[in-house]
Amino acid sequence: MRRVAVIGVGDTEFGELWDSSFREIGIRAGLAAVADANISADKIDALYVGNMSAGRFIEQEHIGALIADYSGLARDHIPATRVEAAGASGGLALRQGFQAVASGLHDIVVVGGAEKMTDVSDTESSNIQSSSADQEWEIVLGATYPALHALIARRHMHVYGTTREQLADVAVKNHKHGSLNPKAQFQRPITRETVLGSPLVSSPLRVFDCAPSSDGAAAVVLCPLDQAKNYTEVPVEIVGTGQASDTLSLHDRKDICTMEATRSAAKRAFDMAGITYKDVDVAEVHDNFTISEILALEDLGFFKKGEGGKATEAGLTGLEGEIAVNTSGGLKARGDPIGATGLAQAVEIVTQLRGKADKRQVKDAQVGLTHNVGGTGATVVVHLFRRV
Amino acid sequence: MATAPRFWRENPSRYNLAGIKCNSCGRFFFPPRTICPVCHRKSVGKIERVKLKGEGKVFSFTEVQEGPEEMAMQRPYVVAMIETEEGVRFTGQVIDCESCDVQIGMPVRAVLRRLSEEGPSGVIHYGFKFTPIKEKAP
Amino acid sequence: MKVGIVSYGAYVPRYRISPEEIGKVWGADGKAMSKGLMINCKSVPAPDEDTITISVEAARAMMRRCDVNPQDIGALYVGSESHPYAVKPTGTIVAEAIEAAPHLTVADFEFACKAGTAAIQTCMGLVGAGMVKYGVAIGADTSQGAPGDALEYSASAGGAAFLIGSEKVIATIDHTYSYTTDTPDFWRREGEMYPRHGGRFTGEPAYFKHVLNGAKGLMERTNTTAKDYTYAVFHQPNGKFPTRVAKQLGFSDAQIKSGLLAPLIGNTYSGAVPLGLAAILDEAKAGDRIFATAYGSGAGSDAFAITVTDQIDGYARSKAPTVKEIISNVKFLDYATYAKFRGKILLGSE
Repeated sequence: MRRVAVIGVGDTEFGELWDSSFREIGIRAGLAAVADANISADKIDALYVGNMSAGRFIEQEHIGALIADYSGLARDHIPATRVEAAGASGGLALRQGFQAVASGLHDIVVVGGAEKMTDVSDTESSNIQSSSADQEWEIVLGATYPALHALIARRHMHVYGTTREQLADVAVKNHKHGSLNPKAQFQRPITRETVLGSPLVSSPLRVFDCAPSSDGAAAVVLCPLDQAKNYTEVPVEIVGTGQASDTLSLHDRKDICTMEATRSAAKRAFDMAGITYKDVDVAEVHDNFTISEILALEDLGFFKKGEGGKATEAGLTGLEGEIAVNTSGGLKARGDPIGATGLAQAVEIVTQLRGKADKRQVKDAQVGLTHNVGGTGATVVVHLFRRV
Repeated sequence: MATAPRFWRENPSRYNLAGIKCNSCGRFFFPPRTICPVCHRKSVGKIERVKLKGEGKVFSFTEVQEGPEEMAMQRPYVVAMIETEEGVRFTGQVIDCESCDVQIGMPVRAVLRRLSEEGPSGVIHYGFKFTPIKEKAP
Repeated sequence: MKVGIVSYGAYVPRYRISPEEIGKVWGADGKAMSKGLMINCKSVPAPDEDTITISVEAARAMMRRCDVNPQDIGALYVGSESHPYAVKPTGTIVAEAIEAAPHLTVADFEFACKAGTAAIQTCMGLVGAGMVKYGVAIGADTSQGAPGDALEYSASAGGAAFLIGSEKVIATIDHTYSYTTDTPDFWRREGEMYPRHGGRFTGEPAYFKHVLNGAKGLMERTNTTAKDYTYAVFHQPNGKFPTRVAKQLGFSDAQIKSGLLAPLIGNTYSGAVPLGLAAILDEAKAGDRIFATAYGSGAGSDAFAITVTDQIDGYARSKAPTVKEIISNVKFLDYATYAKFRGKILLGSE
């Protein structure tokens, strides 16, 4: 396999982008990434797009073709592939792009992710997000996507003593980071009281425990490592990729407080890169709910099972902590346009490793990790990045 | 949107908890599957349709405040994960008790209730929910 | 061949509302209504309950108490005036839910409050004729009363199911007699949410005429009087009517006490006599005789003379809760929640 580098990154701001259509935001991010890589269109060999549910959000399928067309690349008939794995669509698209370059099939690949969630009502948006769980045996029987995460949270609190305040600390930290990120959906710091006083969504989770619905897009440009210096002075190598699946329904998992797919995907990525969690300086993990970040901290190996809450409370996951987690603001504050999230995580890590993260820069960041989850953990994709 | 066949097809499992037992390893699964995820092809020809008892304990629960339109009449409502004697876990609502009385470990049994309807002129969907098993009065 | 009840089951939703609470909203003296109707509270179905779910609960309880193979059930009828569908039977869903499908006949019955007992008569005929081994007859309802109307204080929800057969019968139905006329005392047109009634016309020319004629007709044909019976149960749209008609027929308060549920749960319409009969069977002993007369507006009465057999001693009644146990777990609602549950609030459209 060839070694693969990221030579360009681009993204839109995340939020309720009323004036922007899906097509517009998809192209904007891709264009920014291509410009960042200083590469001309005729050099692009293939396109991968992560998108969960354009068919329901904007009644449009065939997203690969759409993005190829509006990026101007359809005129050269480049192969364009839409990748879907619920919340992990973006991360999985990145892995598909990586595979294309690593295998030698393509040289320059653009991988993007985009989602436009605000053209439907809140209720409809929630219904669509629910389809990442088990529709027939979880959703039809009364569960909602937040309710499933609430079941995890309550069980985690019951078994490990994780507290309501520790969950809140995840959101507080991420909003603090978000306030340092000009592209984040939420840019104001919050307090524990903000979280604990927000309306209940599904006990014990409240509004501020849940990532918002967002519009947004993000993209990266990949190329073989040995060609990277032709395009950028700050190439970042993707040194590991891991993907794993698990049961669709939460109730069929061995232990609902552990996302085994995270452990599996992480192990595969770490083994491939020849490093361990100790080598990671900065991580973007899938905090669609505060409890999800706590599980991620544990299942990625940064902290022991059951200790994720305590570690967050102790500040060990802040910008200057043992491991800087979700410096972008995470899904919670940065925003979560579902298909774009996995790419946004990659953009943040690359930016950190390039030393370009400005006010939220982690000192001497050399190795970064992205962790992208679909459903309640039925798909997980982990990538490891290293400054070249 | 006519989804009648999609729901009708699952009625044996939604009304009567039809599941399967793998006679190769003895494990139970719900809903019915073509093959056992543990035994794989060894289970072919050894899958037996069984009716699960529907009795178990609350493994985790949540009180849902924000849910779909059709649940507006029942807000807030309790959704739980139920662990049964057969080792199968279900996701479903817990009814007939106050949210504050639901506890991890509480014994419950499955009953039939309305799940949803496709509007006032559409099909009504029925399925299992869980009710606390009451202590019998001496 | 002795045809009768092989098993029975009951269900009443746990929510209640008091006449005082209803009266508050409509500017009526709820306490006086309560006294006048002899109803302390009425049962209210939860938003996820309906005649189908009530019938299923009752039928499943009925099956738990006996060891009859559901595949031996040859007929199943559900009588109600609040079937969830106008067209698509309640009975097929109940049949599937007790695993009696597919080798049986099913139909839904309607005759106001006596649809359940009419179903019992039909099952008696099928079993007696040897056409089916077992028949299931269910009376269940989630009736509506118009807001502010007198019926709103009493229209409630509940049901009971009876397995009719000729083997291991716990109570024989020795005789049944019905008295039927065309009397428009109470009705509901297709598509209307609430029924209408003739006010005082529902009393003497309707309820009392048909119950008295039905009961007297049965007594004549069985050569019995009130004294020959241990228990009696009459249709109970409130607590007053059955108490009065019982007295007129020579029954004592003690005889009707066990089956008189209206004061605690209101008028369960097609479930009324079935539930009253279930409550009686919960405590009846071998040899006890039961006199039952149901009434349905429109109008007609079904009267039954029942004798409890010694099979009741070995009957597994404890496998399901008794009516007393079922109605002991209650939660009272305010009028707003009641109106929300009963779909009486105008909702916005999509």
